[in-house]
Amino acid sequence: MEFDALILSRIQFAFTIAFHIIFPAFTIGLASWLAALEFNWLRTGNPLYRNLFRFWVKVFAVSFGLGVVSGIVMSYQFGTNWSRFSDFTGNVLGPVIAYEVITAFFLEAAFLGIMLFGWERVGDRLHFFATCMVALGTLLSAFWILSANSWMQTPDGFAIENGKAVPVDWFKIVFNPSFPLRYAHMVMGCYLTTSFAVAGMSAWMLLRHPHDAPEVKLAGSRRSMSMALWFATIFVPVQIVIGDLHGLGVLKYQPTKLAAIEGNWERQANMPLRLLAIPDEAAETNRFEIGIPKIGSWVLTHAFDGVVPGLKDVPRDQRPPVWPVFYSFRIMVGLGFAMLGIGLWSLYLRMKRTLFTNRTFLTAAMLMTPSGFGAVLFGWFTAEIGRQPYVVYGILRTADAVSPVTAGAVTASLLTFVVVYAFVFGFGSYYLAKLLRRGPDPVDDIRGDDIGKKPKRPFSVPDEGLEGRPGHKAQPAE
Amino acid sequence: MFGFGTEYEGLAFWLPLVWAGLLAVAVAMYVIVDGFDLGVGILFKAAHNGNWRDRMMFSVAPIWDGNETWLILGGGGLFAVFHVAYAILMPALYVPITLMLIALIFRGVAFEFRFKSERSKFLWDNAFFFGSLFATFFQGMVLGAFVQGFAHDGRQFTGGTFDFLTPFSVLTGISLIVGYALLGATWCVMKTTGELEIWARRMATRFLVATVIAMTAVSLWVPFLGRQIETRWFSWPNIAFLAPIPLVTAYLAYRLFRDLEEGRHVRPFFLTIGLFLLGYLGLGISLFPYNVPPNLTIWQTANTVSSQLFTLVGFAIVLPITFIYTAYAYYVFRGKVAEKISGGGYGYH
Repeated sequence: MEFDALILSRIQFAFTIAFHIIFPAFTIGLASWLAALEFNWLRTGNPLYRNLFRFWVKVFAVSFGLGVVSGIVMSYQFGTNWSRFSDFTGNVLGPVIAYEVITAFFLEAAFLGIMLFGWERVGDRLHFFATCMVALGTLLSAFWILSANSWMQTPDGFAIENGKAVPVDWFKIVFNPSFPLRYAHMVMGCYLTTSFAVAGMSAWMLLRHPHDAPEVKLAGSRRSMSMALWFATIFVPVQIVIGDLHGLGVLKYQPTKLAAIEGNWERQANMPLRLLAIPDEAAETNRFEIGIPKIGSWVLTHAFDGVVPGLKDVPRDQRPPVWPVFYSFRIMVGLGFAMLGIGLWSLYLRMKRTLFTNRTFLTAAMLMTPSGFGAVLFGWFTAEIGRQPYVVYGILRTADAVSPVTAGAVTASLLTFVVVYAFVFGFGSYYLAKLLRRGPDPVDDIRGDDIGKKPKRPFSVPDEGLEGRPGHKAQPAE
Repeated sequence: MFGFGTEYEGLAFWLPLVWAGLLAVAVAMYVIVDGFDLGVGILFKAAHNGNWRDRMMFSVAPIWDGNETWLILGGGGLFAVFHVAYAILMPALYVPITLMLIALIFRGVAFEFRFKSERSKFLWDNAFFFGSLFATFFQGMVLGAFVQGFAHDGRQFTGGTFDFLTPFSVLTGISLIVGYALLGATWCVMKTTGELEIWARRMATRFLVATVIAMTAVSLWVPFLGRQIETRWFSWPNIAFLAPIPLVTAYLAYRLFRDLEEGRHVRPFFLTIGLFLLGYLGLGISLFPYNVPPNLTIWQTANTVSSQLFTLVGFAIVLPITFIYTAYAYYVFRGKVAEKISGGGYGYH
């Protein structure tokens, strides 16, 4: 492979966006989780919920800050590295992306400050309203990003004039064919990511404090874990159904991507459900495969003899790389079914009343902490690699979308991003880990007068020092 | 009307004008509000007495991230409304924009982590200073490259990676550093007390002199760029309308100098904003209606009428609310920063 500006720009985009998506995937779910906690506090008056809110809002603040910082880079990369893409799609995607910017801008400017710092100033009801608005803002932000990305997968509502896409019908552009299910799939993915992160972190805190911890600390972790697992138990099956429906959309609109996901070379009925395979792109066949006969056709068409498209339906230069698509998809699905297993296991333990004491389960839940992040990332790998060699499916090739920049310039920027992200996000993750080590505060540790006196910045919510023992408070030097 | 874009009618004529105005406001807002907090960062290294650095940081702490969101609005707005300009300018400015973004990341994160650190404080101090310095320098270079103009084929950039790098763009980069330093210094005059205020006043006077020199140097250099910008200024009757601009600029600079000597607190900052706005106006007059200098106009680079209208709905709702909220945030954090900064508080009186 030659390392030209195209491949380097693709690596840079993949690197920066994969890094970025981790944080929104977490904060979209956390914002709604915080709204749920606050709702319970207002409903029941149980201070446990307020303490949990004040703990998880710190985690939210750090993640949100890192998400914003890594997000600024994205809005400029469409131009710096993909200017031919910007030229072709600007009339259509420019406004859609702008709406995302406006939404995020509005959210950050108006409600985040109140949510993070204003509880004592504005009172319970207005604060709850602000929390709900932040949650709504994250969902709206995801709405526009998913709409833009879905348009690139299933473009609609446009015409091509003078070598550029021009808008014809904004409703069809925004609500393009793949958008509704992909949006549902992503939001549910974010919610489950947060569920498993919250459940796993809570399980870790329960494992760390077997006997000697203050009762109230354990109660907080138990309540968090229980709520998160209820959500997961109910919604993992829902997500599997949404994913299946989305798969039908891929079959309809992106048959070649689907063929790569299935490792299916020949158009055929009675396709097996391939569990493992070694695709050979040169020979246009799988050198080895393990599958369940006919089930593949049944899953995709809901009929055993349903016909599934093959990779060989299109010339070689219109096919995506099969290996990464095939295996990314399987990792995502595998993680999904592992989540299903945790959900069912937790139901069983609830019935036995050993949910909080079964150390094997707590360890498994802890190990599943990053499972949602993994599923989101590998799901996106499937979606984005699967639509290659196109950046706008069937219309604009990725190779025709890149900027007229030199390989040297992109190499330099890519290396810089890698170094800077490693440094900055290394510190961010270290700080997040320290927050979690400390865990939620007991009720009487909350000093109400502290809130609302700090600078209005996401990172100022947590007040731990960067160094020193956990919980040690840094003092500005005199 | 202007002799430009006369072949466009109705909305196709007016919408790009409205949008050029809106984006110009967003960029002006950015330059002013992020200008002073970048300026505080530039002065940071020289402020080494006692708790000066802490107090300087506290003075911008509540507002800096709101300030930077204007930059995102500028970038997103350009793609949404003038996508041809976006597609040509971004690759042409690949190096300075990427470096500016990285400097801003560093600075933003340093800002946050500094409050949490003790042993590694020097590291974040340096990250904050160099992040501010380089972000400003590369912004200035972007400005210089913009005035110089770009090689393009009407849709894509056709020049080289380092076309932006010329003696002129280095000059504009340095000019913006001294200009932001002046903004930062007058901000500190307004927001601080005691020896720090006296020091900031001295810095402001120095950087005022440097800014005046820089503005003059840039203005004198422009005719040598071969862009015929000077004919717009010196032809009759334009010169009669435009002559007040440099005269008012000179008066403001004089007034600012005297204010700093007379010990005024608030007005120097606003006079500096006035200087910046006049420079910005001069730039606008020199370049209008080209947003891809030297020869693509806002009408030639505009998105379709439908795209512009669709985006305008969102901007019309959000921009006023953001102005109100920003004004409110500045109102809440008005007044001077306390000399003694205690653990949890802002340090505001």
